[in-house]
Amino acid sequence: MDVAKNSLLYLDGVSVSFDGYKALRGLSLTLAPGEMRAIIGPNGAGKTTMMDIITGKTRPDEGDVLFGGSYDLTKMDEAEIAELGIGRKFQKPTVFESHTVDDNILLALKAPRSALATLFGKPSADTRTRIDQILEATKLKDHRFRLAADLSHGQKQWLEIGMLLAQDPKLLLVDEPVAGMTDAETAQTAELLREIAIDHSVVVVEHDMTFVRDLGVKVTVLHEGSVLAEGPLDVVSADPRVIEVYLGR
Amino acid sequence: MTLRSRPARACAIPLTGPAGKSLIETLSFAAAALFLLMLALFATPQARAQGESSVIIGLTSDKFPDTERALNELPASDLPTAPQIVEALAANRLYFNGPARKLYFADDAGKMFDAATGEPADVMASALKKVRINNAVRRSLDAARGALTLMSPDPAKRKAAADSVFKSRDATALPLLEAALAKETLSSTRKILEEARAAIIAGDSGASEVQRLEAIDILKSRGDQDVVSVLTTIASWSEGRVKAAAESASSVIQAKLALWRNVQNIWYGLSLGSVLLLAAIGLAITFGVMGIINMAHGEMVMLGAYTTFAVQEWARTSHPGLLNYSLFIAIPLAFLVTATVGILIERVVIRFLYGRPLETLLATFGISLILQQAVRTIFGANNREVSAPSFMAGSFDFGSLQIGYGRMWIIVFALAVFFALQFVLRATSFGLRMRAVTQNRRMASSMGIDTNRIDALAFGLGSGIAGMAGVALSQIDNVSPNLGQSYIIDSFMVVVFGGVGNLWGTLLGALTLGVANKFLEPIAGAVLGKILLLVFIILFIQKRPRGLFALKGRAVEA
Amino acid sequence: MMETRKPLLLSLIDTRGGIFLGAVAAATILVPALALMVPPNSAFALPPYLVALFGKYVCYALLAIALDLVWGYCGILSLGHGAFFALGGYAMGMYLMRQIGTRGVYAHPELPDFMVFLNMKELPITWWGFQSFPYAMLMVLLIPGLLAFVFGFLAFRSRVTGVYLSIITQAMTYALLLAFFRNDMGFGGNNGLTDFKDLLGFNVQAKETRVALFMASSIALGVGYLIARAVTQSKFGKVVIAIRDAESRTRFLGYRVETYKLAVFVLSAMMAGVAGALYVPQVGIINPGEFAPANSIEAVIWVAVGGRGTLVGAALGAIIVNWGKTFFTGALPEYWLFALGALFVIVTLFLPKGVIGALDQFKVRRQAAKNSGAATPTAAE
Repeated sequence: MDVAKNSLLYLDGVSVSFDGYKALRGLSLTLAPGEMRAIIGPNGAGKTTMMDIITGKTRPDEGDVLFGGSYDLTKMDEAEIAELGIGRKFQKPTVFESHTVDDNILLALKAPRSALATLFGKPSADTRTRIDQILEATKLKDHRFRLAADLSHGQKQWLEIGMLLAQDPKLLLVDEPVAGMTDAETAQTAELLREIAIDHSVVVVEHDMTFVRDLGVKVTVLHEGSVLAEGPLDVVSADPRVIEVYLGR
Repeated sequence: MTLRSRPARACAIPLTGPAGKSLIETLSFAAAALFLLMLALFATPQARAQGESSVIIGLTSDKFPDTERALNELPASDLPTAPQIVEALAANRLYFNGPARKLYFADDAGKMFDAATGEPADVMASALKKVRINNAVRRSLDAARGALTLMSPDPAKRKAAADSVFKSRDATALPLLEAALAKETLSSTRKILEEARAAIIAGDSGASEVQRLEAIDILKSRGDQDVVSVLTTIASWSEGRVKAAAESASSVIQAKLALWRNVQNIWYGLSLGSVLLLAAIGLAITFGVMGIINMAHGEMVMLGAYTTFAVQEWARTSHPGLLNYSLFIAIPLAFLVTATVGILIERVVIRFLYGRPLETLLATFGISLILQQAVRTIFGANNREVSAPSFMAGSFDFGSLQIGYGRMWIIVFALAVFFALQFVLRATSFGLRMRAVTQNRRMASSMGIDTNRIDALAFGLGSGIAGMAGVALSQIDNVSPNLGQSYIIDSFMVVVFGGVGNLWGTLLGALTLGVANKFLEPIAGAVLGKILLLVFIILFIQKRPRGLFALKGRAVEA
Repeated sequence: MMETRKPLLLSLIDTRGGIFLGAVAAATILVPALALMVPPNSAFALPPYLVALFGKYVCYALLAIALDLVWGYCGILSLGHGAFFALGGYAMGMYLMRQIGTRGVYAHPELPDFMVFLNMKELPITWWGFQSFPYAMLMVLLIPGLLAFVFGFLAFRSRVTGVYLSIITQAMTYALLLAFFRNDMGFGGNNGLTDFKDLLGFNVQAKETRVALFMASSIALGVGYLIARAVTQSKFGKVVIAIRDAESRTRFLGYRVETYKLAVFVLSAMMAGVAGALYVPQVGIINPGEFAPANSIEAVIWVAVGGRGTLVGAALGAIIVNWGKTFFTGALPEYWLFALGALFVIVTLFLPKGVIGALDQFKVRRQAAKNSGAATPTAAE
């Protein structure tokens, strides 16, 4: 259990099936505090299901999911897990379309989440400065009073990352952050994530190999619901099993 | 009990329950039976030995107890005019001359006859007094009439008389019963007569124990609710083996009756379930498969019912020979009418609202209001009568269960529609394309399927089925502009309970809810039973938001 | 700072809210003035039946605001809000029944007429305390609130959403409809509660009482609006809108979606209950028909017509549609359902944001045409 204790995120033997289809079979994964990890794998490898399990959206049929060595994530719901310090960015950018960019960040900002606090509470003094910082980081400062619905696709992706930053989580789960982005935007996003990784742990799921290479971090390859290979991208991409999965026989 | 005898529609699930009424009937009947038994016991000793003259004397003495006694003796007497005497008394045409001890009766035309001989008599009714009747006399009169008809040449009348003797268990009828048994040739009537005799003997404290035990055996083989009350009475005052036998026979019968009650509940439940299935099955297509919240679904059912009415009116006025078969014309026509209306609604309104289920709900509710008012304007607000064809009238017996043809055909029809729909979806190219569109619209579209057309046709199919349901429902429900409203909530409940997108779930959901309703009714009452079911479904949806047979997993939650 | 931070739409509501509150205040003063101070034969005099009619509209407007709070802001399309309205109405009706005292047909000091008629010997426990006005008013809030709490707790916890939620809210009011039809529920069965005599000692039929009831309703509408407005403008309200737009996103941000929904739902149910309680003495009767699912859906169309998510629009929609109903049922009774049905279809197809929404769009477009070229509208007008 030492591994479990010392890791930030610890998945061991996690399995889940939907109507007989085994989405995950005995998935095990360990993430050290402060680490950034890229997860790759073909469609149906179980990447999104893994995210669902970590964030409490799906309950595993068996296996352990521990956070910070002691919190059993399989017993908690989404809100509890979020408050614990796990933030998630969806594959499809999901922001609050009828709120302004500013309000989107405000809602994400670390603050009491209870209904009473939001109904009667006053925003803390540094709220403004923190929102400004995040808008600066995500290059959305000029758009702060626009409705999120009016943003471009790339801007929405960044807004969502900005919301993750505002949550100030210990662990960020980022699902395909550069899908549908231009090359320039992709490079900027990689830059942004590397900056974030300085003081956060990050798990990135991505298809885009250039992007993964830009990140320059340890890679885990998923296939049919379990880990196929793990290591630096160069090592992993030389693995014959990985080649077989990606290119076929 | 026919399906039509439903109470006014306060709510959608038919409330007809045989249990409530029959209990009261049974109780009051048992009380009457007990009373008659007592009466017979006290009346017996004096009645036997006297001859015909004592009947005449009794009837001419102008005292109620004498009249009563005379009537009790009458069936067993050899008086040839006995039938005429009782009929005349019943019709208030029996006269007497007190001092002369002469009895006369008048026929329909007022012609007078001597009651002792049956010869015409030359007397004036105005000079005579009428034999008076009170309640006690009337009871004796009824018993006498029943006993006398045991000898009637008409087999149906004999059977009815045997039944009434069984029910009255009038001990004075015993000799007559024996006489009738000796003559009776029809085995079914013999059986009833034997049972009647058994009922009398079993309750006769003067009979031997062996005789009474035998009699109880015979009663046990009859085994209905009447016998239970007879046996319960007997057990209450008898002792020893007779008491034990009566009690055990009674409990055996009650267990059997309870079983049949359950069978009957299941049958009524299936019948109700088939109605729910009919109402919901079209919705299972439009809501379950296509995901369209069609609040005007009930109005499709209503239009189908009005189509039936219109076809029937047409047949009545121009082709009376077709009247009995007008349902067969109405079924396809209702399908066409409602399918057309459905396609029209889909093309004009719903297709602009795909992906906005709540808006669809509101728009279709608006359409339902328009359709209701349109029908009200055309046909009037009153209920319209749709008569049942001859093959749906009547019933047959299955064990202790009476199966109405109407109910039976509706179950058959509901299942036929269900399987026909399954066939269309599974085995036709339209069904294949429809399933393709509902599973992956873009992929289907890129493979050359005209998704707009499929949407319209599928919605038409769902609406058309609702219309056919309306044909069947016109047989059991009031055809009024509000017909549809009473089914819409139930239909949604069935589809949601069964599991959205799963036709088998709809079938099972409808039948389950139907049967559950019928089992709840005797316990909780019709309305409360219905409320309990609604509450149950509301709670059930909390537990399994996607119904009994729901798909799980990521795809569904997306 | 705060002013400029608000997007165009929200700042418009402020002006609009001012106009709305002004209109409500004007009505609160004008109606009594016209009804009581103008001589009855004057052209400006307001007959009592019109006062009651306006009072009814105002109650409906409050119901519409309550419904807008859950539907427009939280995305919960309740097809059962009529149930909360009716429950509030029944609570008020029970108080009014207890005030009849010995003036009923059977002159029983304690039991209302229908109970005597049903051979009930004593007051059912559900009726205890209703002779007290404060208790009855407490129940006006608590009973709808409690039902909403229990129902919402179960439904939101198990994440029943969208049309499923709509359908079960409809089933809820339908079940209550059936229940209140039953005589042995002890709420007057089919006939409901009626033949009220007085309220707080004032004759409910009297002109002055009617005017007072109208004023109370208007004030309740104004207060209800302000509460709803305060709630929706707070951070709480932003979370609620966030839930409407992206429920699971909100959840992954750490907000307890169930709690928020439940809070809004209960608040809304209580507002609906107050509307029902004010409605009953003005129309003089409450019966199970108020639970009919069609009533609840009709309330939804008021909100849709005015424009959901705007509060003012909901109130406006309630008044427009009900004015139309009064007009049609008087002049062309045959055509009212046609008109109402068409309204449902037209609003959903062509006016998805309602009258107010359409006005906004028009203004936005004109604004955009004015500063064409400016990419980002950074400030409200």
